[in-house]
Amino acid sequence: MLAMNYRGPYRVRADRNKPMPKIEHSGDAIVRVTRSCICGSDLHLYHGMVPDTRIGTTFGHEFIGVVEEIGDAVRNLKVGDNVLVPFNIACGKCVFCEQQLYGNCHESNPQATAVGGIFGYSHTAGGFDGGQAEYVRVPYADIGPTIIPEDMDHDDAVLLTDVVPTGYQAAEMGGIKPGDTVVVFGAGPVGVMAAKSAWLFGAGRVMVIDHLEYRLEFVKNYAQCEAYNFRSLEDPVLFIKKTTDWIGADVCIDAVGCEAAGDALQTITGRKLMLQAGSATALHWAINSVKKGGIVSIVGVYGPTGNLIPIGNVVNKGITIRANQASVKRLLPRLIEHVREGRIDPKAIITHRIPLEEVADAYHIFSAKLDNCIKPILIPPSARK
Amino acid sequence: MKKKANNYDHINGWGIDANPLDVPTYPMKHRTENDNKGMIWERPAQQAQLVEILHSNERPSVSAVFGSANPPTGLSGKLRRFAFKYSESTWTHWLVLLLADRINMMEGIGQDLKSGRLPDLFTEHGGHSELKYNKAGLIKKIAVGFAFATLVIVFNKIRSREN
Repeated sequence: MLAMNYRGPYRVRADRNKPMPKIEHSGDAIVRVTRSCICGSDLHLYHGMVPDTRIGTTFGHEFIGVVEEIGDAVRNLKVGDNVLVPFNIACGKCVFCEQQLYGNCHESNPQATAVGGIFGYSHTAGGFDGGQAEYVRVPYADIGPTIIPEDMDHDDAVLLTDVVPTGYQAAEMGGIKPGDTVVVFGAGPVGVMAAKSAWLFGAGRVMVIDHLEYRLEFVKNYAQCEAYNFRSLEDPVLFIKKTTDWIGADVCIDAVGCEAAGDALQTITGRKLMLQAGSATALHWAINSVKKGGIVSIVGVYGPTGNLIPIGNVVNKGITIRANQASVKRLLPRLIEHVREGRIDPKAIITHRIPLEEVADAYHIFSAKLDNCIKPILIPPSARK
Repeated sequence: MKKKANNYDHINGWGIDANPLDVPTYPMKHRTENDNKGMIWERPAQQAQLVEILHSNERPSVSAVFGSANPPTGLSGKLRRFAFKYSESTWTHWLVLLLADRINMMEGIGQDLKSGRLPDLFTEHGGHSELKYNKAGLIKKIAVGFAFATLVIVFNKIRSREN
């Protein structure tokens, strides 16, 4: 079958000879992929920053498709169902799944206890192949996959597998109270959704900080918020203090993660020399921009080693830090409602529709921010007929 | 810092999900009777282990399901086995895995050549899109590469003459 194939940092190809996935467990399903996205966090893999990313891995944790085959124990799905598949692989039985922490399942990743299984996200997240392919194996098919409502556009559905829930949970974890000032660092797809979601929680003012003008322009219109380029602000932390009457924001959201720009020391030690788990510039700014007693919500992805952040300020300011991988399954019913009611329009962020065969170009366009790219989706040949 | 304006009619759904409990750490932890009891849950059926699966030494065994793609092989595989002797809390674990990844990349090129496939580095690096959307950048990269190669050649020639 046709599948994306990782060959090393900044090198991927479309491989036509990848073996078809098989049922390996009675709870598995095989899904024929009809759409998959490239996530901003896939770029961390693409850039070689995630340990135990093996040659030959197929990435892709945002995908939808049609059930082609099911294991003996699967009861909730049948062949032919159109499903959206959350990026988290969750057993539904462990104590963490029981607490609806579906991003923290203890029965889906042997290689690391700090993260649950994720499709196509290195062996550090379980060693599963992902959905940037024609077919994919979906474990625990009775738990995660959700049948796509008939009235839902499939472009909306594919964005409900990660980007919308992650942005929404970023706002939710912020504990936003009516009237709060919320600052979102990062105008990528997740930052855009976090800004949009902040209003649903009653934010009084929403600001987004980034350095790419086309993305700032987009988020300003899409999320009806303020947008600022940190390159033109001498110091974004000082700017936020000034514009909040010298107090700081009530809630700061890090929607960037380990490849943040804006600070030479962080960039050199984190992204170039990899002496820390990526560049933590956005998190650094978030901690320093939030008010005393405020909340910092982190959904940006970082590596497993460690980062330079002003932890002393966290203590001295009494900041609450909340972070997690989004619990997609928990959030889906509410988010489907928001999409149906027109409160969130996920598909509006899609800027590029690219054939799966051109996956190498798709990664490069997204990584190098070419052609004003915000969100690329990959379409396999069978879905183009 | 509260915003004074309070008319958000232009935002569809403003405040619809505002937290009714008004607690700072919403959503609250959803506690169950199985908290603090360890791994007592009824485990899902165990996936058969047909290839080598490394597991973190912070857990007693493999999880009930796992990915079976790309088991450890070659020198990179030896390094990965070594890395998994150390916990996720150690730099040794992660830095050795990163080293294994870079060696694995070279092994991948070797496998391609062995199977008669010459890696198409231009296409695999997304060169076609660079050509389409960033021609000036591509020319700059080629010029910098060419200048660097020229410098290395000239430096080597001078050094060999001096010897």
